[in-house]
Amino acid sequence: MSTTVLPLHRPRQRLATVGKFLVLAVAAFLTLAPVVWTLVSALTPTDITTGQAGFGLGAFSDVFQKIPILLYTWNSALVTLLIAAGQMLSAAMAGYVFARFDFTGKRILFGVILATMMVPMQVTIVPVFMLIRGMGLADTLLALIIPMIPTAFGTFLMRQYFMGLPPELAEAAQIDGAGPWKIFFRIYLPLAAPGLAIVGILAFNYHWNEFFRPLILTISEQNFTLPLGLVTLQGNLGTGSVATVLAGVILSMIPAALVFIFGQKPLREGLTAGVSK
Amino acid sequence: MATQTAPTTRALVVPSGVPVRRRPQRGARLLIWVFLAPTVIGLGLFSFIPILGSFLLAFFRWDIISAPEFIGVANFVDLAANPTVRVSFLNTIGFVVVAVTLQLAVALLLAILVQSRMPAWLRTFFRSALFFPLVLSAASVSLVMSYLFNQEFGLVNEFLGLFGVGKIGWLTTGFGAKIVVLLVYVWQNFGFTFLLFIGGLAAIPKEVYEASSLDGAHGWTQFRHVTLPLVSPTMLVASVMAIIGALQIFDQPYVLTRGGPGDDTRTAVMVIYESAFQQLDFGLASAIGIVLTLLIVLVTAAQFQLSKRFVFYG
Repeated sequence: MSTTVLPLHRPRQRLATVGKFLVLAVAAFLTLAPVVWTLVSALTPTDITTGQAGFGLGAFSDVFQKIPILLYTWNSALVTLLIAAGQMLSAAMAGYVFARFDFTGKRILFGVILATMMVPMQVTIVPVFMLIRGMGLADTLLALIIPMIPTAFGTFLMRQYFMGLPPELAEAAQIDGAGPWKIFFRIYLPLAAPGLAIVGILAFNYHWNEFFRPLILTISEQNFTLPLGLVTLQGNLGTGSVATVLAGVILSMIPAALVFIFGQKPLREGLTAGVSK
Repeated sequence: MATQTAPTTRALVVPSGVPVRRRPQRGARLLIWVFLAPTVIGLGLFSFIPILGSFLLAFFRWDIISAPEFIGVANFVDLAANPTVRVSFLNTIGFVVVAVTLQLAVALLLAILVQSRMPAWLRTFFRSALFFPLVLSAASVSLVMSYLFNQEFGLVNEFLGLFGVGKIGWLTTGFGAKIVVLLVYVWQNFGFTFLLFIGGLAAIPKEVYEASSLDGAHGWTQFRHVTLPLVSPTMLVASVMAIIGALQIFDQPYVLTRGGPGDDTRTAVMVIYESAFQQLDFGLASAIGIVLTLLIVLVTAAQFQLSKRFVFYG
């Protein structure tokens, strides 16, 4: 197909090109095939009375009957969006201060913030669990949201972003009589939108899919998020109705897929810029 | 959060070199404190204090109901003697070695292929397809894979059956379960490494390749002596992130096998979870957590030491 575009001189090179596309095609097949299989299986449930598989939306309506998926979706959306919004704001504010102001203890404070990232979340989960209980937030959605709003990684990312913006803007605005708050909210925050988008997309992707924390911090089913609800659904059904579980998987991946489609470009550019710097 | 941590390791070098922009303007003091408060108080409360708490808890026996009892290093003695803990750490280390090697190799190969000459739309297609598993939840992916690898009606065995292979007990035999957990993990996570390599490769100037081609370097020679050294800084970041992420594997074995058969796919984080929330032994769980953290810190430090020999900063 695309071989026509390539200037090919030698048969060995042509062979290499064929090999290249073969490898890429096989890899793309392997990443996409399970997703396609999930979709097809969810759309062709097996009829219990006849034992025949046929096209239908039965599995999808089954999901709504077997588990309160709308509630789980609402929980997931609430948790994910509040964390994303909270991270964007708190990271922008802290990152801005670290990028543009000098104060005593700044380097030590920034170092300690970065160091907290080295310790895996699973190690701190027990004390966090106790803290949450002590605050009277055990088994609430707030238990999932509040601890995740402060973000060392987001702060670091936003600091890098603000350092890339010209400091002259603040000087000019100051001469025009703008105060420090106005300079942040009117000038620098809007300019940092691409950086904020990366923080938001990463937070959305991570927390929409997260399993370990909800597994530990939520107890009653009314507080379950989607991944937890789906694993429970599978546990309850056994291997009986595969199509129902797969329909649930498809439903749960739609928001993440949408964010992926619209967020892929800023994310790729942001991440690759961060690495090659 | 593990997969998001590594860029900092590079940043640690930056602050000293960064020119300080300005002394706080008048009225900016309040802004500094208000802006720092959510992050500093939040991280202090939910990260810094829990780290210290976890460290302290490791020296106590505590089941959440009765009062904590100081028992010195007994938890550490216990975990060293506990066969399940030992096996789970060995499983985790073995898994990390194979998974990370596979992840880096596959991601680098595919990144090189995707960045080579091809129409833009095709490149976009391949890049999106290979990156896609990253947006799915590990729990959902593991559910789907548990059906695909099912011994009786799974598609994988059905496909192998076409070649006369008998029905393999993927999730019911130790070796099979290890392979499935490994494949499912790499399937979902190589996309991030792939993305990092695309960035690293894109930063290599075209002229370097042109010059080396004129000198007669092609194929493997070019890869070995041009691409590999120039992409080595990215390789360091990618491998640090991949190892930290893989050391914390939990979702896949939890959903696919619950750690079984026996302890064959039990991992370090699974044992932390089980000790704390199933056996209510919070002290032991914390002690295992401390050991895992030390392992992560040691491996990361070793990588940066090794990187002095192998990483080439042009």
